[in-house]
Amino acid sequence: MSAPTDVAAGLPAALPPPDAQEWEVGASDSLWRLTLRRFLAHRLAVISLLVLALIVLAVLAGPLLSPYDPNKPELDDIFLGPSPAHPFGTDSVGRDLLTRVLYGGRISLLVGTLAVTVAIGLGVLVGAVSGFLGGVVDVVLMRFVDVMLSFPRLFLLILASVFLRDTLPSVLIIILVLGTLSWMGVARLVRGSFLSLREREFIEAAKAAGTRNRHLVLRHLLPNAMAPIIVAATLGVATAIISESTLSFLGLGIQPPTPSWGNMLKDAETDMMDAPWVAVFPGLAIFLVVVAINFVGDGLRDALDPRHVQRRRE
Amino acid sequence: MVLFAGRRVLQALPLLLGVTFVAFLMINAVPGGPLSAYENNPGITPQDIQRLQHTLGLDQPIWIRYLQWLRHFLTGDWGYSYAAHRPVLTMIGERIGNTLLLMGTVYVITLLIAIPIGLFTAVRQYSRADYGVTFLAFAGLSMPTFWLGLLLIIVFGLGLGIFPLGGMSTPGASFDLFDRLHHLVLPVATLSLVGVAHYTRYLRASTLEVLTQDYIRTARAKGLAEEVVLLRHAFRNAALPLVTVAALDLPELFAGALVTEQIFGWPGMGRLFWDSATRSDYPVLMGIVTVSATMIIAANLLADLVHAWLDPRVRPH
Repeated sequence: MSAPTDVAAGLPAALPPPDAQEWEVGASDSLWRLTLRRFLAHRLAVISLLVLALIVLAVLAGPLLSPYDPNKPELDDIFLGPSPAHPFGTDSVGRDLLTRVLYGGRISLLVGTLAVTVAIGLGVLVGAVSGFLGGVVDVVLMRFVDVMLSFPRLFLLILASVFLRDTLPSVLIIILVLGTLSWMGVARLVRGSFLSLREREFIEAAKAAGTRNRHLVLRHLLPNAMAPIIVAATLGVATAIISESTLSFLGLGIQPPTPSWGNMLKDAETDMMDAPWVAVFPGLAIFLVVVAINFVGDGLRDALDPRHVQRRRE
Repeated sequence: MVLFAGRRVLQALPLLLGVTFVAFLMINAVPGGPLSAYENNPGITPQDIQRLQHTLGLDQPIWIRYLQWLRHFLTGDWGYSYAAHRPVLTMIGERIGNTLLLMGTVYVITLLIAIPIGLFTAVRQYSRADYGVTFLAFAGLSMPTFWLGLLLIIVFGLGLGIFPLGGMSTPGASFDLFDRLHHLVLPVATLSLVGVAHYTRYLRASTLEVLTQDYIRTARAKGLAEEVVLLRHAFRNAALPLVTVAALDLPELFAGALVTEQIFGWPGMGRLFWDSATRSDYPVLMGIVTVSATMIIAANLLADLVHAWLDPRVRPH
């Protein structure tokens, strides 16, 4: 598996926005407009966002774009190379690959986003409890995070998938498994933010004003810890898509005939001698989406955490 | 230094215990319990299972069972494979060398490629080459390992026919170093790409940081040649954190190795893990999970010690 385990540590810093020097801040600029302008300055991130939007649209509009059934075998059309009728070619039972890539994209994108939603939820919960309560609770939770991060994540993913095999629909299993085994980085991140925010004056002030703990966490601490969470969530979707496709490629994730980009490549392993295009297009789809998400994540990091950019520009 | 090392080792021990405890809990979380493999066996009655539970101590409190399991584990009794009916320790022992050969070669190749590129992009910051490498690094980090493996097989194995499609040696032939290297090329290339992308970016950032330091200005002011400043003064300091990065990368490398071994039919520990997963051979799975986690903890410990040894600044007084 090629993506970094830790969604938070994620990718190294990318290109600096080309015209970053021009961020003179006008007095009337709202925080939101400032953030937007910084994001727009990251050209690759903007292009990537457009590419992603196009892919999502295409995947949603799949049935309108393609006259073929994604799962129905057409035994007269086996292993046709790419042509105007079948732009991505056909597979070992004559199914149109473009159609299957579009339908597979629904599953891959859905699994990616839902798995990250679960992971972020768990990570924020554990991190917030740990960072806010401190003490023994913090020590116990963080040592547990250390332990979980000492296992290669793919091994745990495989183990959990084997445990749960056939108990639930495969889409649900993979969302649960990915979600419950990917929260550790976010938990560390949120805990770190909470620990440093706790020392700040506005939290002191809120406490002195008698703010309740629940209010303190939800209204004061969490909103101020949001920036790195958003970046981690974005990069996490890329990691989750790669993990899903890896598991499906190995045969544990999404079960056929439902297409996912990963299980289409599983077929490719046996078919690539006769039809190399079977191996090319689903992989290209994963690659394109993951690159685009990574660039968007990098752009968000620049936009939401200006200090990060300044540090880099020294 | 000795004190630091001792303290660091003491910190790693609870983590190791934690890892074995979680592994133990996972064994017991096996659907139907550790004896589930016998449930569908017509030769074994429910009474037999009850008796087995008693003789194996499965009716005792969990922490007693954990200590017993730990004792067995530490004395090399890792249980028997359900599928192969052989000791787990022996089975892992047969495979681990092949995985280490693969991963070791990957580390060497990754560093040999990433270090020059990383230094170059730092020196030529914001040049066209720098932007190009950055873009390629992002692409490399976004590449699914298994897809890269498939593409390499299609192009260099099936298409050009210059490298074998899989396996560790030509079947039937006796051991030959060239043959082994020939079989290593594609799996190592598959596994190295991510690392090259990652380390290049890392070294670029740390070199840029080091280049702003006072001692670099001093070296330049002394009139040293720029190559000397770069290689003797800057690189040595910039490369130090790579020790830690390499250790932190190990879990990813284990995962990548599993996928790569699967695609290239490399008879390593990852492939054994996968084969055991398809057979629900839990004792082998647990053994491998525990071994890999232990190696990861050991590698992080070692990296900390090496880093502290090389760089006195990180040693706490």
